[in-house]
Amino acid sequence: MMAHAMTGHTIGSIREGLKKKEFSAVELTREALEYAERENPKTNAYLLLCPERALTAAGKVDARIAAGHDVGPLGGVPIAVKDVIVTKGVRTTCGSKLLENYIPPYDATAVERIEAAGGVILGKTNCDEFAMGSSNENSAFGAVRNPVAPDRVPGGSSGGSAAVVAQGTAVISLGSDTGGSVRQPASFCGVVGVTPTYGRVSRYGLVAFASSLDHIGPFARNVRDAATLLEVIAGRDPLDSTSADAPVPDYAAHLTGDVRGMKLGVPVEYMRHATGETAALIAQSIDGLRTLGCEVREISLPATDYAVACYYVICTAEASSNLARFDGVRYTTRSTDSGTLGAMYQNTRGEGFGAEVKRRIMLGTYVLSHGYYDAYYLKAQKVRALVARDFAKAFETVDAIVAPVSPFPAFRLGEKVDDPVQMYLSDIYTITGSLAGIPCMSVPCGKTAEGLPVGLQILCNHFDEQKMFRLADAFEKR
Amino acid sequence: MKLTGNEVRYVANLANLRLTEEEIGRMLHDLGGILEQMDRLAEIDTEGVAPMSQVLYDAVETATLRPDVERAPLGNKLAVENAPVAGAGYFKVPLVIER
Repeated sequence: MMAHAMTGHTIGSIREGLKKKEFSAVELTREALEYAERENPKTNAYLLLCPERALTAAGKVDARIAAGHDVGPLGGVPIAVKDVIVTKGVRTTCGSKLLENYIPPYDATAVERIEAAGGVILGKTNCDEFAMGSSNENSAFGAVRNPVAPDRVPGGSSGGSAAVVAQGTAVISLGSDTGGSVRQPASFCGVVGVTPTYGRVSRYGLVAFASSLDHIGPFARNVRDAATLLEVIAGRDPLDSTSADAPVPDYAAHLTGDVRGMKLGVPVEYMRHATGETAALIAQSIDGLRTLGCEVREISLPATDYAVACYYVICTAEASSNLARFDGVRYTTRSTDSGTLGAMYQNTRGEGFGAEVKRRIMLGTYVLSHGYYDAYYLKAQKVRALVARDFAKAFETVDAIVAPVSPFPAFRLGEKVDDPVQMYLSDIYTITGSLAGIPCMSVPCGKTAEGLPVGLQILCNHFDEQKMFRLADAFEKR
Repeated sequence: MKLTGNEVRYVANLANLRLTEEEIGRMLHDLGGILEQMDRLAEIDTEGVAPMSQVLYDAVETATLRPDVERAPLGNKLAVENAPVAGAGYFKVPLVIER
């Protein structure tokens, strides 16, 4: 059977098609919506489609074409947005029962920029509740199936956003990454996923999980499309004071294919843990990079062994504080049987949050509570400084670091759901980069004997996304 | 460190979280396992290391300041639109002080 036309589209092919009048933006959007509607039951990746908004955006693109104007860098491109990123007038649930009926009164800056660039937002994607999870099984609206292997998880927490791109029900998508939530699902679904430098993309309108670690990042089927989407959403935003006031480069201009002489570091601490087919595919990829002319050397990131503990102290502490706002006063859901204000808070939160969110709120409250603050929270912040220092030191001698994304490929639905400790430990390769705030990405590097995708992680220094994309693009075309 | 049921109840109360007895049992088990991992932080030497609370990079002194330009606020009507109970442009809550 021939693949549906939607599954083959890239930003470039849509631009070309619009230019040659093979289709209009409205026609393409209708086709994309129909395809998503039909295919979604296979994965449960979309929580909602917003045809009205999509067709309005597409109509504007067609009007631009009719007026002889450029369509914009994302002109007519069908895009999906993770449901932790707010969309004005379009329900945004964060995968939580508590926000089942929440209709945001404003758009996230990234969403606004996408539509200003001609992008067509098709709908909102499923995710772990408040982005907390590594398998997408913590969504109040059901798990997502991996389009490559339907009995397996797509990864998390941006499982839906990775799945739609792999499935072809969107061309590109937005996810969010706090400790690996873009890179790990990208790796599990065989697509490209990017976590930019902390502050590169405005967090305005991203529902906060752990503010010092949260990033919005793109998914795409190739490096060039991911780079184009990042370029559109990146840049200073007065509405997010942590967004960086640094110029946004023309990323596409850096995709030269030439990576000769680039110095790559392979962390010994990472490779020690890597086993099986994942380790073999990473080793092959490193050989491939050598063939492209890169110089590969071993490096050491000694604080790695403490990164998981450090990350889970900091992210739960921040989460417990951020999620305090869901108290039954402002956001749609309130427990019905509550006589007093205090009981109303407790019951609303007890009934509204799922098990993983409660676990993290409890952990975060505990590590911040009197008597434990120094031993856990303050200590973790110091260890975070050591993790960042390790990277800073490494980037004195290498241009980029290459590593696995996850210790294993996509696992079976239900396989790890009862063991939070094991689930947390599997984030080891992605949380280090998150703690340091450096740009990192996952690029497909092969498949296991069973046909499960594996991703290669590339990490660069702050604001070195162009170098990261150059390497990933050359690797992708090897 | 061993966690007790009463500690779990105390923390749940701090977090404004109603937990069932079953959830408390489960929490005791899960948090215990996770805290055991977190306790490993004590092993690493952080003498003289300044805590990192935020990712920082070189920037000008006033990087976080913006020009003081007027911007229309959301407005009462929209702000309370998602409230479970609202009235006269305000959020309504149950009794705060018992008489």
